[in-house]
Amino acid sequence: MNAWTDIMLVVLILTTFWLLGSSRLASCIRICAIQGVATGLLGVVGGGITIRVAAISLAVIVLKGLAFPWLLSRALRESNTSHEVQPFVGYVASLLVGVVILGLSFWADSCLPSLSHVASRLVVPVAFALLIAGLFLIVARKTAVNQVLGYLVMENGIYTFGFGVVREIPALVELGVLMDVFVAVFVMGIAIYRINRTFDHIDSDQLTLLKG
Amino acid sequence: MSIWNFSYAVLGLLLAPLLPGITNRTKAVFAGRHGQPLLQTYYDLAKLLRKGAVYSRTTSWVFRLAPPGGLACLVVALFLVPAGDFAAPLAFPGDLILLAYLLGLMRFMTVCAALDTGSSFEGMGASREVQFSALTEPALILGLAALAYATGSFSLSGIFGGVTRPDWLQVGPALVLVAAALLIVFLAENSRIPVDDPNTHLELTMIHEVMILDYSGPDLAFILYGASLKLWLLGALLVNIFLPLTGRSGPLQIACLVAGMFVVAVVTGVIESVMARLSLLKVPQLLVGAAALSVLGFVLMLRYAL
Repeated sequence: MNAWTDIMLVVLILTTFWLLGSSRLASCIRICAIQGVATGLLGVVGGGITIRVAAISLAVIVLKGLAFPWLLSRALRESNTSHEVQPFVGYVASLLVGVVILGLSFWADSCLPSLSHVASRLVVPVAFALLIAGLFLIVARKTAVNQVLGYLVMENGIYTFGFGVVREIPALVELGVLMDVFVAVFVMGIAIYRINRTFDHIDSDQLTLLKG
Repeated sequence: MSIWNFSYAVLGLLLAPLLPGITNRTKAVFAGRHGQPLLQTYYDLAKLLRKGAVYSRTTSWVFRLAPPGGLACLVVALFLVPAGDFAAPLAFPGDLILLAYLLGLMRFMTVCAALDTGSSFEGMGASREVQFSALTEPALILGLAALAYATGSFSLSGIFGGVTRPDWLQVGPALVLVAAALLIVFLAENSRIPVDDPNTHLELTMIHEVMILDYSGPDLAFILYGASLKLWLLGALLVNIFLPLTGRSGPLQIACLVAGMFVVAVVTGVIESVMARLSLLKVPQLLVGAAALSVLGFVLMLRYAL
């Protein structure tokens, strides 16, 4: 069992819990950046570094650790909000949900046939937990920034799963996914800016007022 | 059973009041002050023991029972804590539950006494103490359960004697999580800074200090001494996780553990210097976070053991 891979996976889970429990948007973005870097390092510390793996990891670290946080904090600065507005699910409740999600994903993993070539036994459950926790963040939070962060957490989960289980994903696919995510975050950054320009806040719950 | 089994507990009884002194000195150094003498708690205890106690007419025997009762709980609990390889003097399978409930019993008595005074201010403190301890207990029990699962023993002595250096290499991440959870429990239970400020006395958001406002003389000395013992007790759990000393000679182990306790006191001082107190509404978040860390540690241990 590779200790470094495990440590990175634990960092992923911890940052997710941290994200579930923190209310300041600026620190949420920072936490997400840490998680992005940890996701990127996952490929490097696993051993057997090839140029392809190194390139993908570098791209992930630069995008998720630097580019996305920069984009999002710019959007945040211009929108003049620093706090999450009263989320649908409170922070303590979110943390408890996070614990339940973690338990569920470990249980789900124990039901699956075990994969022999997985980098670590924690990869699959951690990836599941990140996926579900990301979805939960998107549903439970009101501000657009936090929903983007939830989307990123989900993407980190997918990446973790891919790297841990398949490992030999063609670089083109991996880079294509990264490109998609980049465009998505870019568009959402602009969307946050526009929402803010139009409504003076980035509370996406209020968007329902737009209909009819 | 050798002399070393008892030595750590007895050293705890003697040296515990030194810990608040070390913490305060650390804080003073951070603030650029000279600070109190290291032995200040001993002086305070000596002074208080010489004085007489004053009791309010509204209080009953409940109020008088709490300080000696709480101290008794802590002294018993202290004899449950092992030192390195050496089993604790009172070790038996399942003593980790007794440890948690001795702390609970002590808290129950303090809270009852605070309610007994009839002061609404102390009632507020009691309510908060109960609320927060309801959140720290799962973290403590789950953390100990994770360690119990990893070492296959249900006694504190077996658990902490079972954490060895190979364990750190193998289940390191899980151990770090459990240790982090226990650190938060340590700070919360001892009403230290992210949760409560031990220096404030008349502030509406304080928890522990408010419950003991009506005590004086020897009773207050018992409570002060009890607080240092609690610091030593929970600190000893942390030190035992971080210093896997199994197989070394007796004096070396005891010396390392006592040095470890002093390091814990310094770390507490550093935490108190660099952090601000959390707002009261944020405290449950921190404590649930600690419980989440324990759960994560437990789940990881299950996974490693499979």
